[in-house]
Amino acid sequence: MSSGETTARAVVESSLKAAENLNGPLNAFLEIDRSGALKRADEFGQGNSLPLAGIPIAIKDNICVLGLQTSCGSRILGDYHPPYNATVIERLLGAGAIIVGKTNCDEFAMGSSNENSAFGPVKNPWDTLRVPGGSSGGSAAAVAAGIVPVALGSDTGGSVRQPASLCGVVGLKPTYGRNSRYGLVAFASSLDQVGIFARNTSDVACVLGIIAGRDVHDATTADVPVPNYLEELTTNIKGARIGFPKSLFGEGLDTEVHESVVAVVDVYRDLGAEIVEIELPNAAYSIAVYYIIATAEASSNLARFDGVRYGFRAEDAPELRQMYRKTRAEGFGPEVKRRIMLGTYVLSAGYYDAYYRKAQQVRSLIKEDFRSAFESCDAIITPTAPTPAFLIGEKVDNPLSMYLNDIYTVTANLAGIPGLNVPCGLSSNRLPIGFQLLGAYWSEPTLLKLGHAYETARPFTERPPISAT
Amino acid sequence: MPINESDVEKVAQLAHLDITPEELKIFAPQMAAIVTYVEQLNALATSDVGPALGGLTPEGERTNSAREDVVTPSLGQKIALAEAPDPASGHFRVPKIL
Repeated sequence: MSSGETTARAVVESSLKAAENLNGPLNAFLEIDRSGALKRADEFGQGNSLPLAGIPIAIKDNICVLGLQTSCGSRILGDYHPPYNATVIERLLGAGAIIVGKTNCDEFAMGSSNENSAFGPVKNPWDTLRVPGGSSGGSAAAVAAGIVPVALGSDTGGSVRQPASLCGVVGLKPTYGRNSRYGLVAFASSLDQVGIFARNTSDVACVLGIIAGRDVHDATTADVPVPNYLEELTTNIKGARIGFPKSLFGEGLDTEVHESVVAVVDVYRDLGAEIVEIELPNAAYSIAVYYIIATAEASSNLARFDGVRYGFRAEDAPELRQMYRKTRAEGFGPEVKRRIMLGTYVLSAGYYDAYYRKAQQVRSLIKEDFRSAFESCDAIITPTAPTPAFLIGEKVDNPLSMYLNDIYTVTANLAGIPGLNVPCGLSSNRLPIGFQLLGAYWSEPTLLKLGHAYETARPFTERPPISAT
Repeated sequence: MPINESDVEKVAQLAHLDITPEELKIFAPQMAAIVTYVEQLNALATSDVGPALGGLTPEGERTNSAREDVVTPSLGQKIALAEAPDPASGHFRVPKIL
């Protein structure tokens, strides 16, 4: 664009066309903003020097964008239009980005398959009979299919990294406190982070540098300088110490995923990294801890959806409490109800110590496991998901088996550390496989550098059958 | 402790959710399986472990989030009511309470 060979309008037009044409097979977008995106594109003349000038970006539908809907994939919000932009959106717009639309997701970001959206599941561009992962499945599918080069999602237990893995794109969950959540609809506030999808680590690094940093509107953002992530993106990883948690490569892990990630370890060794065996003794408890803490926080955060100030209100409920109950019964889907009730249960009188306090204690142990592990290594490698993309409908009747899909990703949210998914190949039936790098607090430069070294050595160039390019 | 249908009915009430008998039949066994699963934590001795308090990093803990006590612009009545299901005369209207 800066060389004058193309215009912002042409780039945005082609992104919009792809979004529209592929929404039949993929259902990745809940709203496409053709007129707004083109109007903004026309405001960019050639030679604009903003870092994202004219770059089309898709946003998960639980992040507020002024003028567009924020449904969170839920009937209870429906076509709710927020009166402000999320801070990450303000920063993207300030850098010249053009938002082409809002992407489909599991209702209130609760799910690992996108089947919990009130507006139908997103399909995986590699095989439309399969899930794209979740909860940010629409954003992952939109990047995988080449509709947009970058998309934002949110990651509470793996909702950026797991769909990135299942769709074959790069996905980053930053350190807790790195990105502002002002304007991200809250699910579990001690775990939520805004994350980034792109086709490569350079694009993730560029966008992270723009959206990261302290925000007065979000008290959990930390006063930590934002480095120039792009400048730190070299391929020289000689001497880097990569932790290999052998115990996580056992039961429940698909053979092909296992072999692929072990092959990645060999690539790192060839690139000059030192592989260090490490232990994460309490990682096996992470799903149990997560589904206590996340549901407890969700039951509290979702109390605000009561049919009074915004969104859907049930009809024929002449008394207030009856209106609350009916609105929430009709507005929320089954997974959200299940989690609100579980969260209410674990917080209720007589059970708080047995469940919630216990989970917070084990969370301390998990944090300590990582602190200790990072004394002997710079990053930890694991699979991102235990299997490649599964079939739509395969796990819907068994919530627990769905939850176990997050086994490798939830630990990062519990500990507050960053995690990065990098694609590392295809399974025998041509489904993407990804590996995950976990790092200490604020180690995004290390993770991105390691990811960059891998993708430079072993570029993932395969394209899905449903693709814009 | 296994969770049964009457527990689920009770938490649904606490959470302001109407649930149908059909939903109860589906939710109760699913929630029982999840609660049984999370009870594996009881195998861990944690009496001398402090609970984690939220997700903040040490740097996040040290960040001062207080601001000057000055008035800044807010949404205003018109915008704040724009998405309300039943606004009336500058207020949120709700069904009768008593």
